[in-house]
Amino acid sequence: MRNAFIRALTAAAATDERIVFLTGDLGFKLFDDFAARYPGRFMNVGVAEATMAGVAAGLALEGKKPFIYSIVPFATLRCYEQIRNDVCYHEADVTVVGVGGGYSYGPNGPTHHGLEDIAVMRALPNMTIVCPGDPAETEAAVHALARHRGPAYLRLGRAGEPAVHPGPVTLSIGQSLELRAGGDVVLLATGNMLATAVRVGDLLAARGLACRVLSMPTVKPLDVVTVDGALASGAVVATLEEHSLIGGFGSAVAERVAESGRAVRFRRFAAPDQFSHTCGDQEFHRAATGLDAPAIADALVALARDGVR
Amino acid sequence: MATDLRTDLVDTLAARARAVRAATVRMAHDGKTPHVGSALSAVDVLVALYFHAMRVDPTHGGAPDDDQFVLSKGHGCMSYYATLAERGYFPASLLASYAQNGGALPEHPTPGRIPGVRVATGSLGHGLAIAAGMAHARQLDDRPGRVFTLLSDGECNEGTIWEAAMFAAGRRLDGLVAIVDYNKLQAMGRSEEVTALAPLADKWRAFGWGTREIDGHDLGAVVAALDALPFEPGRPSAIVAHTVKGKGVSFMEDDLEWHYRPPNDADLARALAELGVA
Repeated sequence: MRNAFIRALTAAAATDERIVFLTGDLGFKLFDDFAARYPGRFMNVGVAEATMAGVAAGLALEGKKPFIYSIVPFATLRCYEQIRNDVCYHEADVTVVGVGGGYSYGPNGPTHHGLEDIAVMRALPNMTIVCPGDPAETEAAVHALARHRGPAYLRLGRAGEPAVHPGPVTLSIGQSLELRAGGDVVLLATGNMLATAVRVGDLLAARGLACRVLSMPTVKPLDVVTVDGALASGAVVATLEEHSLIGGFGSAVAERVAESGRAVRFRRFAAPDQFSHTCGDQEFHRAATGLDAPAIADALVALARDGVR
Repeated sequence: MATDLRTDLVDTLAARARAVRAATVRMAHDGKTPHVGSALSAVDVLVALYFHAMRVDPTHGGAPDDDQFVLSKGHGCMSYYATLAERGYFPASLLASYAQNGGALPEHPTPGRIPGVRVATGSLGHGLAIAAGMAHARQLDDRPGRVFTLLSDGECNEGTIWEAAMFAAGRRLDGLVAIVDYNKLQAMGRSEEVTALAPLADKWRAFGWGTREIDGHDLGAVVAALDALPFEPGRPSAIVAHTVKGKGVSFMEDDLEWHYRPPNDADLARALAELGVA
């Protein structure tokens, strides 16, 4: 995803001279091409995320379109008030880019895990949140955000995520993408759990349950038409994200479920409300927290067949 | 500048400053708000900026290449609003809506709604980075217009001030000017007793800024410093303006009470009499 992001941003910057890129001293060598092509439009602000967000707001007030980059917790939590006051309150045209959503930086430990970012970003007025699910969605999301005006948060995985879509996709903000059709279960996935969601769909199919798999890269504004359609369908509805159970994509859908007036068999698959104290890579943490395809498929079978939550 | 011309300028600015101080005390009284002391210490610097140093077009809220101002110490906004009204950004009648329900002027500046106010502040430690970004955008495009920001001394407790100071020096933003309203009192006490703030000017110098220390109520000294910008080529400029909290109203001067207490009717009458404004 990271490479797709840089490729797309470099392409977008060719046609939009307002685009500038700021990093908080992260991404060694990754942005050399961007920096060489666009002198003066690449800035390493240093290890100073709050200043990076404030500077970006000032640049935007004077007509620039900054993308600011760091690892998820540093890009969002460290400078949250600057994002709130300087970016969102001013409706500044700044895109915060967080690399390492969820357990992407697994062995680095909980300081580097990105599990609360969607929750806090969702609470900000004027904020748009986009969590692409694979490199093709990342590329399309960057182009959509380049056209977008106003505060945005782009949540990336890291590098080496599998391609889920067979080729390039087009994406507009707020739009969902269907990857599997089916009527027994609707699985709504955001961000870097997309490949897992598709595997879950295939596992359910093998067990006789038709699962519709939807990629929902935009968490805010939520595609409520798609969500409401799922809730009205009578199917089991589930959400999947590599983020805390509290406040993220699943919470956004749950709010819709709660106010729908429907008795929906609904389940959120997300990271538990706890810090990990065991070292492990992304796959380790996913397995340890029930975010692997077999565990999710088992839970959905139980819910669909027996109503077991 | 010839001495007599400067004397005329200082006299003119002093008259503006008295008017702004009177409007400020009246706003605190009518709005029943705190922070009148913080607003009064900044008046002479604000007046020298808006009536002498800054190139601005107050019609329609300002022009794109105007010099810009960011009030980083947002709680001191009464004198900022009063200065903008005095300069002609909006009618003085609007000041009556300060801190009123449904009014246009909140107790900390809101962005993009008040003519002349582009940047919202209120949480301390934000303004310098925003101002640096604005100055940087102008530097990138080789556009005219300097960016001034006014900080409080208490605000210099915030680490983001020093982050942004390093950023601005590293980027050689010589169109950026930070002025510290060094009134020596912050919310809970003497700023020097809260943290080791002094030597404040040396701190700015050490962070790579061309720095001058002035008496922030000596309008001749304020004008001379503003006329000498930038102090060093290729460096942002810092002015450490020694001021007195509550300056201009004898019973408010250097008294932390007026960080909190709104003036009552008698206080207002006494203040206006001292300022020579009936």
